Amino acid sequence: MSLPLLLREPGRITRLTLEEWDDVIPQARSSGILSRLATLAQADKDYWELPEPPRRHMEADQLLAAKHRRDVLYELDRIYEVVGGVLGTIVLLKGAAYLAADLPASEGRTFNDIDILVPEDRLGAVESLLQLAGWRTGEIHPYDDTFYRRWMHQIPPLTHGGRRTTIDVHHSLVPRTARVGAVTAAHLMGRIRRLPDRPGFAVLAPEDMVLHSATHLFNEGEFGRGLRDLTDLDLLLSHFGNAGFWGFWPRLVHRAEGVGLTRPLFYALRYCARLLGTAVPIEVEESVSRFRPPWPILRAMDFAFARALAPDHKSCRDGWTEPALFALYVRSHYLRMPLHLLVPHLVRKATRREAYHSAEASA
Amino acid sequence: MAHLFLRTGPFTVHVETSCEEVIDGVTLLYDPACVLRRPAFCDYHVQIWQPPLRRHFRPQAVFLFDGHAPFLPGPRRHASPMLEWGMNWVIATTAHQFLIVHAAVVERNGLALVLPAPPGSGKSTLCAGLVFRGWRLLSDELALLAPGTGQIIPLVRPISLKNESIDVIRRFAPGATIGPATMGSTKGTIALVKPPSASIAAIDEPATPRWIAFPRFQSGAALELTPRSKARTFVELGESAMNYNILGETGFNVMSDLIERCDIGDFVYSNLDEAVSFFTRIADEAIPFAEAGS
Repeated sequence: MSLPLLLREPGRITRLTLEEWDDVIPQARSSGILSRLATLAQADKDYWELPEPPRRHMEADQLLAAKHRRDVLYELDRIYEVVGGVLGTIVLLKGAAYLAADLPASEGRTFNDIDILVPEDRLGAVESLLQLAGWRTGEIHPYDDTFYRRWMHQIPPLTHGGRRTTIDVHHSLVPRTARVGAVTAAHLMGRIRRLPDRPGFAVLAPEDMVLHSATHLFNEGEFGRGLRDLTDLDLLLSHFGNAGFWGFWPRLVHRAEGVGLTRPLFYALRYCARLLGTAVPIEVEESVSRFRPPWPILRAMDFAFARALAPDHKSCRDGWTEPALFALYVRSHYLRMPLHLLVPHLVRKATRREAYHSAEASA
Repeated sequence: MAHLFLRTGPFTVHVETSCEEVIDGVTLLYDPACVLRRPAFCDYHVQIWQPPLRRHFRPQAVFLFDGHAPFLPGPRRHASPMLEWGMNWVIATTAHQFLIVHAAVVERNGLALVLPAPPGSGKSTLCAGLVFRGWRLLSDELALLAPGTGQIIPLVRPISLKNESIDVIRRFAPGATIGPATMGSTKGTIALVKPPSASIAAIDEPATPRWIAFPRFQSGAALELTPRSKARTFVELGESAMNYNILGETGFNVMSDLIERCDIGDFVYSNLDEAVSFFTRIADEAIPFAEAGS
């Protein structure tokens, strides 16, 4: 039984046998979507007829998701106390945004980091204020620190000394050096949506939110939560695509062209539809098909993403999973910066790792 | 590759391993009634693996949960205790249907004595002492409190002894089955003790908490039980509960209920025989802590 199939057809969940649950629970847990699966299962009137052991696991994970929710909401208030004054409105990204805006994508989502978007000219002030209030950059190599600040789309993560919560302060959705896309805070601020129920907070416009999620998943090299991130996209697209967001689809396509993120959008719609059965209007599908890569690349991408977006569990891996993940990791670095920066960076990282290992061996 | 299916109270754990130490450990320390044929559903799938490059030179073992390693690999001679530590970690980080308190639990006449304590306090020694003198083992490491009933659910697994307490228990209970002592972990020398079969037979029977004693072994000290404040206990137990924050209001209610219904004290001892008969007398004669003294 494949987990994406259950997400696509939740009616199957209550008909699983215990033997099938024996695979589904570990797959869902290691993909970070156990509580999301629970939410889907509970929508079925037959939920209470499920065997008790798998139900226990799903409900336990829902408690964890509820805890993350409480923690994030608490943390948002603390963050507002510290930087609300200098920012006026705090723009939330990713999980914290879904939660604060009460989007379906926040259901059963477990996460610890809070991502905020800050105009570049306020970065210094925001960082100093957060540091004064107890958030610290962890132990970080001076080279990495400089690297983050000079080339990346965020400053090094800040972790609160007492509560151990982490804030990622972004000033752009893509690295400064990225080959594609130009989406700095300046491009986004004019279109943010203030949250009437949470004064002082805002989230990105629906199309920007989708493009951010797509870029994050398809241009970066970490897929430990690949399936979870794909379900985020599915939930965002289904929500904005259906519910009273008139003109969402054309705006999404238009915006992707405007900021140069057409390729991630193409992949997002392709794999959401293929793996999770997301309903994408036929004219949108046709319109984004011009963003597809040449077919040999597309075949390779299909091959690689079929593995990267599968549940992060040994029952869903084959001999090609590791090479595919490695290729996507290399690709993400290639997308992140031009070769004249990337090559010295990787050489530096590689030699430093050796130094680290030899220090460990002699210790 | 061996597949073992262990019944540990409310959980069924599938252990996949290539380490003989683990297979031998399970064979020695688990009652045959707790080693199952492959069930339809296992709560947890774990592995103890040997990293291939270190098979001969200082061999290592690593614990995996759903294929991910929560800890760094350790020396292979610790493979058997590593399985127990790993299972504790897995349960403590996922089984939020219970409030999980870091404590040993033993039972007599249907009532449970909870022994919360930091490592090195003599908690496991006292726990082993009691269960080899007629008390029933519910858990050596994790007290599983069921919201709703407030009862403690047995999680019967080998008791983990450290350093001098290994010999203390060898002398105290010569009939006990004790696994090989493995040296030189960060926790010192470790040996696992097989739970008595009476505890295994009652593995499905919860117990009602009645006493909480914070034990401290202190060489040469006279036995002493000092009642302690419920408020202070609440704070300390809240800190030693693995998932108190995750359970939120439920956690608060279960904890209040536990503290409300228990007699609570600090317990200092140096002689295990004395300590065991002391608690047995309290249980059999229903003596309140305030009158038990020393």
